[in-house]
Amino acid sequence: MPAVQDTIDRVRKIDVDQYKYGFQTEIAVDKAPKGLSEDIIRFISAKKDEPSWMLEWRLEAYRRWLTLEEPTWARVHYPKIDFQDIYYYAAPKSTPGPSSLSDVDPELLKVYEKLGIPLREQEILAGVQKTDASELEEPSDNVYKSGRVAVDAVFDSVSVVTTFKKELAQAGVIFCSISEAIREHPELVQKYLGSVVPTSDNFYATLNSAVFTDGSFVFVPKGVRCPMELSTYFRMNEKNTGQFERTLIIAEEGAYVSYLEGCTAPQRDENQLHAAVVELVALDDAEIKYSTVQNWYPGDAEGKGGIYNFVTKRGDCRGDRSKISWTQVETGSAITWKYPSCILRGDDSSGEFYSIAVSNGYQQVDSGTKMIHLGKNTSSRIISKGIAAGFSQNTYRGQVSAHRKATNARNFTNCDSLLIGDQCGAHTVPYMEAKNSTAQFEHEATTSKISEDQKFYVMQRGIPEEEAIALIVNGFVKDVIQQLPMEFAVEAQKLIGISLEGSVG
Amino acid sequence: MLEIKNLHARIVDDGTEIIRGLNLTVKAGEVAAIMGPNGSGKSTLSYILAGREDYEVTEGDILYNGQSILEMDPAERATSGIFLAFQYPMEIPGVATMEFLKVAMNEQRKARGEEPLKIPEFLKRVKEAAASLSMDMAMLKRPLNVGFSGGEKKRAEILQMKLLEPKLCVLDETDSGLDIDALKIVSDGVNALRAPDRAFLVITHYQRLLEHIVPDSVHVLYKGQVIKSGDKSLALDLEANGYAGVIGEAA
Ligand SMILES: Nc1ncnc2c1ncn2[C@@H]1O[C@H](COP(=O)(O)OP(=O)(O)O)[C@@H](O)[C@H]1O
Ligand SMILES: [Mg+2]
Repeated sequence: MPAVQDTIDRVRKIDVDQYKYGFQTEIAVDKAPKGLSEDIIRFISAKKDEPSWMLEWRLEAYRRWLTLEEPTWARVHYPKIDFQDIYYYAAPKSTPGPSSLSDVDPELLKVYEKLGIPLREQEILAGVQKTDASELEEPSDNVYKSGRVAVDAVFDSVSVVTTFKKELAQAGVIFCSISEAIREHPELVQKYLGSVVPTSDNFYATLNSAVFTDGSFVFVPKGVRCPMELSTYFRMNEKNTGQFERTLIIAEEGAYVSYLEGCTAPQRDENQLHAAVVELVALDDAEIKYSTVQNWYPGDAEGKGGIYNFVTKRGDCRGDRSKISWTQVETGSAITWKYPSCILRGDDSSGEFYSIAVSNGYQQVDSGTKMIHLGKNTSSRIISKGIAAGFSQNTYRGQVSAHRKATNARNFTNCDSLLIGDQCGAHTVPYMEAKNSTAQFEHEATTSKISEDQKFYVMQRGIPEEEAIALIVNGFVKDVIQQLPMEFAVEAQKLIGISLEGSVG
Repeated sequence: MLEIKNLHARIVDDGTEIIRGLNLTVKAGEVAAIMGPNGSGKSTLSYILAGREDYEVTEGDILYNGQSILEMDPAERATSGIFLAFQYPMEIPGVATMEFLKVAMNEQRKARGEEPLKIPEFLKRVKEAAASLSMDMAMLKRPLNVGFSGGEKKRAEILQMKLLEPKLCVLDETDSGLDIDALKIVSDGVNALRAPDRAFLVITHYQRLLEHIVPDSVHVLYKGQVIKSGDKSLALDLEANGYAGVIGEAA
């Protein structure tokens, strides 16, 4: 059999059931009744003990949502979602809201341990100095044990615990769940919530504004460099339950923060909805680095089940010389609809988008970014690497625009796609629009196949086929991997290897 | 060590037969030179030895240490000790040469049930091997073969060969693209590896290489067959008189 044919045949036998996080946990939950109505929103708001302005905000969003239509422009196909057939709130009975580590249900701690995030050990381990850490040693394979990452653990609709809060507070950094922030820091939340993604932004963002349950809140005050990596880990566990994450990150003048989110879900036959809104605000000279390792359950070999990941992420470079950088490694979800964007409002501000999107099996990815240049001398950079295997469809959709007043706006875009086998598809949909004649936009795009020559060469050195493919793919995505916080780069590389398992045999 | 018996092989895509009843035996410790005009099937033979799937063996067998290797995939053949220094080494963008060496060495160790190399030991080996080939360590930080000159690629092949310590080394036109100094360095590298338990198949067009790597036997390949075998004097004869005489004799 010729090599190419062989690869294709093996791809047909594809098996994406390599998902390691597909276990589910039996845990007693407190749920809202199924479906969506004003009463359900009141229920959620009451559960979270919210002030009345928050409830009003939600209700207004809900009323607007009722008038909206689901968007259809993305290159993704799925049966119509019955929004009345979803639970909008589910919280573990034992730990219905954020608490301190000692109060968290041990069963929940076990879940996170199984996911590789030993919350309890985290703070203990942080105190233990590493002895002979030579710079040549491999980075630890569990970054959550490094003592350099604070974690907010969100389980279905609630944050169950946030680690290192005290240490961070000493530096003036607020890191807590959004629910807690609404109660404890209402002035900050009211000032910034919805200021980047208005409640009316789009169908899913509006839905999220009405029913959002939990997510993280980060506030880094003027001049502070956040002393550790912040991270939120989202776990969807409960059946038929949507997760409506809401995250808000604010970096005041001259502040710096690096934040990472991770996520997993049980393996189930039905599809589940994760509709998130993430807002970032960077004031003068501030910098926010936001990284995602998205590993939601992708569905099985026949394309059954998996998460619908419909996400609105936007950063506002509100201040002069501010900088927002998005880095994403997308390997999971049945459907991904996600365009982390930057509004370059401040003069001399800059935005970056580095993306790796791996699709296998029947996954559908429609992802990319928007760079909206409003201020003078603003610059943006887009590096997107799409890898499609199996029967998957992988679309990069990007928009770069320069406003009339955005003199000297600059953008560089590079989108590369790599195909494994010939049943999959890669598509690039760039929109560019410059209303200012001094704007300079550069766009490069390539599509290639993993060459049999390369694979043969690598295998000739004793590297088995799957490892050979993973090595070549990891070389292909190197420019983006380098953008991840060092601690997470190794994990991301491994994840890419695992996601492509079964793509060749 | 290597016995190729009445080997027939064709291109899978279009069925063209390239190797047509080839016989060749190479003993442990032997250096066998394969010569022959362009297009006679030398590279194809090297690919088939290494297990490339574009070719299909229709008849005959390849025995390596008495065992047929036809059912083994390229990685399995490599870990069993077969190494091919490519005529045209592939570029692997984004994969630092050093990283590639580490993965290859450790995969082979894993297949043999050995522990991965500790980083200091790995570095020591790479530094020594690179120094012996006059290779700059800075080059090893670059992606494998990407932007390497022809000569650098060939050196990188020999570097890999040194580090992987194979038992059967197939060198496909390693001399092409090398200047005299580089040829000397590469040949010294190969000679240093000559050992009683290691065999070499040195494919070349020119006598030039064989002045540095002196072969124990010389075989002329033409239209997919070995048409003449002899000792090193055969190479000198070919250099002086060309292939026409030998081809005429065989016809
Ligand atoms: N994969 C292939 N597809 C088409 N033709 C091939 C292929 N491999 C080898 N050939 C042909 O087989 C013959 C032998 O090629 P090769 O082994 O490269 O010769 P050499 O190395 O002796 O110069 C040539 O005519 C070449 O074009
Ligand atoms: Mg050749």
